[in-house]
Amino acid sequence: MITIEELKRIKEEQRPILEKRLIEQGNVNINEDGSIVLNGDYYKKQVRIALKNCGIIDPNNIKEYIAVDGYFALANCLINKKAKDIIEDMKASGLRGRGGAGFPTGRKWETAFLYDADQKYMICNADEGDPGAFMDRSILENDPHSVLEGMAIGGYSIGADKGFIYVRAEYPLAVRRLRAAIDQAKELGLLGNNILGTGFNFDIELRLGSGAFVCGEGTALIESIEGKRGMPRTKIYRTAHKGLWEKPTIINNVETFANVPVIFQKGVDWFRSIGTEKSPGTKVFALVGKVENAGLVEVPMGTTLREIVFDIGGGTQNGKEFKSVQTGGPSGGCIPANLIDTSVDFESLDKIGSIMGSGGMVVMDENTCMVDIARYFLDFTVDESCGKCVPCREGTKRMLETLDKIVSGKGEEEDIEKLESLSETITLGSLCGLGQTAANPVITTLKYFRDEYEAHIQDKKCPAGACVDLVEYFITDKCIGCGACARACPVDCISGAKKELHVIDQDRCIKCGACMEACPPKISAVIKR
Amino acid sequence: MEFVFDREKNKEKIEELEFFIAENKDMPGILMPALQETQRIFGYLPLEMLQVISRRLSIPMSEIYGVATFYSQFSFIPKGENIISVCLGTACYVKGAQKILEEIEDQLNIKAGNTTPDLLFSIDSTRCIGDCSLAPVILINEDVYPRLKTDDIKGILDKYRKEV
Ligand SMILES: Cc1cc2nc3c(=O)[nH]c(=O)nc-3n(C[C@H](O)[C@H](O)[C@H](O)COP(=O)(O)O)c2cc1C
Ligand code: FES
Repeated sequence: MITIEELKRIKEEQRPILEKRLIEQGNVNINEDGSIVLNGDYYKKQVRIALKNCGIIDPNNIKEYIAVDGYFALANCLINKKAKDIIEDMKASGLRGRGGAGFPTGRKWETAFLYDADQKYMICNADEGDPGAFMDRSILENDPHSVLEGMAIGGYSIGADKGFIYVRAEYPLAVRRLRAAIDQAKELGLLGNNILGTGFNFDIELRLGSGAFVCGEGTALIESIEGKRGMPRTKIYRTAHKGLWEKPTIINNVETFANVPVIFQKGVDWFRSIGTEKSPGTKVFALVGKVENAGLVEVPMGTTLREIVFDIGGGTQNGKEFKSVQTGGPSGGCIPANLIDTSVDFESLDKIGSIMGSGGMVVMDENTCMVDIARYFLDFTVDESCGKCVPCREGTKRMLETLDKIVSGKGEEEDIEKLESLSETITLGSLCGLGQTAANPVITTLKYFRDEYEAHIQDKKCPAGACVDLVEYFITDKCIGCGACARACPVDCISGAKKELHVIDQDRCIKCGACMEACPPKISAVIKR
Repeated sequence: MEFVFDREKNKEKIEELEFFIAENKDMPGILMPALQETQRIFGYLPLEMLQVISRRLSIPMSEIYGVATFYSQFSFIPKGENIISVCLGTACYVKGAQKILEEIEDQLNIKAGNTTPDLLFSIDSTRCIGDCSLAPVILINEDVYPRLKTDDIKGILDKYRKEV
């Protein structure tokens, strides 16, 4: 069994070794107060709490985590605080869930704390399934102990001695790192029985997903751990009352847990000094799409989209015109360029019809078709709907069909109305968050980019030139008649004599773009319109 | 498609699974980990092994089937040694990819999405793989076969038969 003195000794022993390694590596700054930050402009504009150790410590070595004050928050909580105090601190910190909905973590824990039960559970939701999002993955792979420590503090406060981490099967490295981290923590006595001699027991077990997006939803996740089909429950009880095997259960997101130890290390006031009044702290975003510097960004809540996309992300690629940014994945919405000064916090994003979500942030430029993007997300939802409730199972399919029609140029006047009415029904009538938010990509694009829908339906044109069925390839009179395009065409629909202007037979063209690629760059006679 | 599950050949693997089940029999919610372990050991979920799981854990086959079909990572048929991906994207489709697919199906006597009984080949169809100017194309493992004609198929498949 490890004692607090032993923990301090490990820290003192390991700290110089870590600093020496980092100085040799040369990519970090060690500040006066002992904090360590990564160098470079990209990081300068960020505030890293959840990611603070990522890229700095060796995730396979628990001692390096201890060298940056790891497990001291847990020790302090176990030795100096009562369960009730921890919950009060969590409530005072104002930390809100980072997995999507933003529910106050302290209040959630309090609910489970208040129920009497012979067994309670703490679950970490590591099923990160939004396409394009990899925040949680980065934390799990680079700083697994911060999640374990956060879970242990939570377990102590609600009275749980057992934790589960539900990881998606597509993250094998994260699984390996977590396994190693759990083993090391057990070996040192920071997990398991009688932790730090305080009599507190806490064990963590890994459970793997098997490729079902809906299992990220809390009750579906519980069903899956129980060994069933991962379908959401009808919510008669809160999971904090009757969750896993009918016992009080708390589910939090990876990033939420990673914030917990830091709050207890640096204090509630420090945490509240970052971010906004109603959304304290930071949020990690996966900035992707048509942006210059794609990557993970952690910024204080209340930072504007402009600061994230332009100041940190460097704006769009190749000087293209910025059109929209999508937040919240398949549950979120598309925010237009004129709202780029919106501040990123739960309330502000909600107000404009999008959501914070788990942190996916996709940048789109003038070449992105907004109808096609809505279609893309709906396609995802249709695939992932579990089929339990009708509005989601049938409604999303009908919506996808309608969008398919529109992007292929067969849209009719009444389709927009149909989409609006379906959106309303699916949002109001679905059983779980998957269905309730499935229409958001359609609702927001209809609200902010209605003209694009109308162009597809009325003029049979795709303004962004992205919808294959609505564009045509055309050879301009720059053509020198070299014949490269005709040879490349897979359907032989380009004709023209040598050294003369070539012509594409539009009826037979399949719009694969091979001709445009084949045309010598100096000539560039083939255009898309 | 029926696959003969050779108990003799799979003896060690079966023991590995039996051991896993014996070790974890009392773990609550054991079914998912048991299916994941089966898939890891055998590469798919053999019916015979699902029956073993059903008996050992006293879970009805219907329930196991329900769970196994819910998650996209589980497969009921083994993957062949050579995976043929026939592009059915637009360019390939117009250039006769459907005929190519049918020819491969005839030659191997299985439909797309299946595996030959000798486990040598699986056929998949895919969306555009970005080689439209070479249409129609198929991929076998990592190798691209461009501008195919139905007559080419037999020769190509024979190459993989000989190699084994
Ligand atoms: C369809 C669906 C998928 C979800 N996927 C995830 C996920 O991958 N990770 C996650 O943390 N939360 C996910 N959630 C949100 C969870 O239901 C839950 O709100 C969250 O894990 C609670 O943790 P938090 O309070 O720390 O955010 C999903 C919700 C829905 C409806
Ligand atoms: S359609 Fe087959 S490669 Fe594009």
